[in-house]
Amino acid sequence: MRQAMIPVALAMALGAAPVLAQKTASQGIDEYRAMLQDGNPAELFEAKGEDLWKQKRGPKKVSLEACDLGQGPGVIKGVFVSLPKYFADTGKVQDLESRLLTCMQTLQGFDAQAIAKTNFGSGEMANVTAMATWVAAESKGLKFNLSQSHAQERVMYEVGKRLFFMRGGTHDFSCASCHGEEGKRIRLQDLPLLTKNPGDGIGFAAWPAYRVSNGQMWGMQQRLNDCYRQQRFPFPGFASDATVALSVYLGVNAQGAASIAPAIKR
Amino acid sequence: MADPMRIRAQASGDKATVRVLMSHEMESGQRKDAAGKIVPAWFIQEITASHNGKVVMTAEWGPAVSKNPFMQFSVKGAKAGEKVSIKWVDNRGATRTDEATIS
Repeated sequence: MRQAMIPVALAMALGAAPVLAQKTASQGIDEYRAMLQDGNPAELFEAKGEDLWKQKRGPKKVSLEACDLGQGPGVIKGVFVSLPKYFADTGKVQDLESRLLTCMQTLQGFDAQAIAKTNFGSGEMANVTAMATWVAAESKGLKFNLSQSHAQERVMYEVGKRLFFMRGGTHDFSCASCHGEEGKRIRLQDLPLLTKNPGDGIGFAAWPAYRVSNGQMWGMQQRLNDCYRQQRFPFPGFASDATVALSVYLGVNAQGAASIAPAIKR
Repeated sequence: MADPMRIRAQASGDKATVRVLMSHEMESGQRKDAAGKIVPAWFIQEITASHNGKVVMTAEWGPAVSKNPFMQFSVKGAKAGEKVSIKWVDNRGATRTDEATIS
């Protein structure tokens, strides 16, 4: 009897130790995040974004208050959790950032293509991110509910799904390599499974977010770019069909998840 | 001019807790740019907090403070409806003052 007990106890001790250590590390990270939450600098970008939205800007010197983000001109609350969606005026499925570009071009007279080519964090691109942060913040706590009623929206979902599983680049990676299985992580960052609803405030429901490590505010477009960078793919263009299709795929999968954007990240 | 601060001040009991978010680059002077040249230090050097016009706290900051810094402190005897104002001066002499009402 006693002999039989020893291997059991040993196995338990061996099995338990690494699990415990891992838990402490991720708990530590959670505590760190909770501490940062109180002073999320994303609020600074929110304030800047709201101000930019209301300011008369661009060659035409008008504000964006007549911009239709999907629920009628000037409606902000609740639009973030319904994007990307199909827009009849452009004949395209658009996400928040590409829609902001459209409004900046049509209403204010900015050159949308020139802005799309600008580096993240500089010039008008930084303003697009700030406005996206503010618009997203106005839908904080609401649940994602993307439309799939238009044929284009369903096409974009399928395209996004293909892109999600498309392997390539020097590492033969796809989005699914990191986000296609439960319980994976890179260093201490938990990797959410994005082929289904990953839960409230995870994945698609967390961006735009402020990155503490580099002090930058990132929109979903930049977040997707970063995934492509890690896959060693060339960057897809800003507001390109590829990034919007991926956003549709992630957004539809996140159906029912509550948004916490703008979040704060490591 | 620098972007505005976000100030939240909340009274509870005999004190008010003030939370301030400042928008600032806070360059340490230790980093190099793409061309290999040192990015000059640029940081908030002085902080002055006033309650109803009376200075209640001053701080001297250095280049080790993070970008877009967050600061929290409490003011004894401050009540709801009273004003709190924060002023910072950076090492280039730029300054910004913002005021908030305690809730």
